[in-house]
Amino acid sequence: MANLRDIRRRIKSVKSTAQITKAMELVAAAKMKKAQDQAIAGRGYADKLNKVLVNLKGNTDEESHPLLAKREGNKELMLVISTGRGLCGGLNTNLYKKVVSVSSETTDYVTSGKKLRQQLAKAGKNLIADWEVEDPVPFNDAKPIAKFLTEQFLSGEYDRITVAFSNFVSTLTQTPHVAQLLPIEASGLAEKQDYEGVGKGEVGETNKEEALGVDYEFEPSPEGVLDKLLPLYINFQIYQMLVEARASEHSARMVAMKAATDNAKNMIKDLTLEYNKARQAAITAELLEITTAMKAME
Amino acid sequence: MAFQLDIVTPEKTIFSDTVDDVYLPGSEGEMGILTMHAALVAPLQPGSLRYLKDGQVQELAVGEGFVEVAGDQVSVLIDLAIGEDAIDEAKVEEAMKRAQETLAGINVDHDEYAALQMVIAKSEAMLKLKRKGR
Repeated sequence: MANLRDIRRRIKSVKSTAQITKAMELVAAAKMKKAQDQAIAGRGYADKLNKVLVNLKGNTDEESHPLLAKREGNKELMLVISTGRGLCGGLNTNLYKKVVSVSSETTDYVTSGKKLRQQLAKAGKNLIADWEVEDPVPFNDAKPIAKFLTEQFLSGEYDRITVAFSNFVSTLTQTPHVAQLLPIEASGLAEKQDYEGVGKGEVGETNKEEALGVDYEFEPSPEGVLDKLLPLYINFQIYQMLVEARASEHSARMVAMKAATDNAKNMIKDLTLEYNKARQAAITAELLEITTAMKAME
Repeated sequence: MAFQLDIVTPEKTIFSDTVDDVYLPGSEGEMGILTMHAALVAPLQPGSLRYLKDGQVQELAVGEGFVEVAGDQVSVLIDLAIGEDAIDEAKVEEAMKRAQETLAGINVDHDEYAALQMVIAKSEAMLKLKRKGR
């Protein structure tokens, strides 16, 4: 029979663990709400941007733009958006598996978030840059990343730029997702992406017809506007993916912490039972001793 | 005659209401939009945005982005839009000074050059608005 004091000590430590995980759960829940709101707030921007791009597509020779042109080569640069901190369940592991399954030997990596940076470095992959992104995600943090990736692409160093991140489906489900950033696929340009705003885009289709119905004037010229808009589009895509990854992180952490709190509670229950058993056994033993002693004295 | 004006940043919708007119810092110079304007898409540069609402002129400092006019709906998609009250003068000045110092130390074809110029342009737009009427 385990020592009473040992059990008591264990109960105490499990209790404080439960307190910590409970607190983390609450913090993650609040942050998750914020990240989700942020993703939804970007929806208006996404809709408008898509609408204009759909129209531009009809007005310009889209293959001619360097950001839209497909290349023969196969050198790939992948931006991997992971979390800065752990304790978020299998989020990073799942993302890593996905990254490994879709990338080839020659793929180079750019990372945001400490967790997969370390893991990729350990696996001996070629990392060329890393960014830290604040929480909640400021739009300005997306810009240098977008700029860097665009430059890498335009310099001809890489033929394809992709982004791997955890797509937020619901609080309980986050799926690892790899999306192509550059060259912007003309067919995919201005398509409603499922990561633009939490949930699927229900406005996507109607938008398209509506946008094509308007005959815009472009100032100074359709090409000039396209030159300005495509970088904005890339900025926005990166921002949206960062927000999405952040929402996934917080919800995964909340769920993981909830499970941890529940487990700790169960453990406390079991330990309390064991503690009471031990206590009763000790009392019984003591009573036995006293009665035996009394018997012996008679 | 009024029309609908939406000012949207990726982070949130700043303004959404009917206005009588709006003046925007277009990349080709300032442009005014009144009701019944032809459908238009044009890029914007950092500067000041003014709109008339109920006889009152409101002014915002804006960053880069673009404007879309379609029917009686004007949408401004911008990365920064800030009213006079929200501008922290000291902070903006400091950011601008930092950007200018860095800018002075680097070459024109440096990666950061254009980005820093953008920071300075935005700071100038904000300071101009803040110091207006003094």
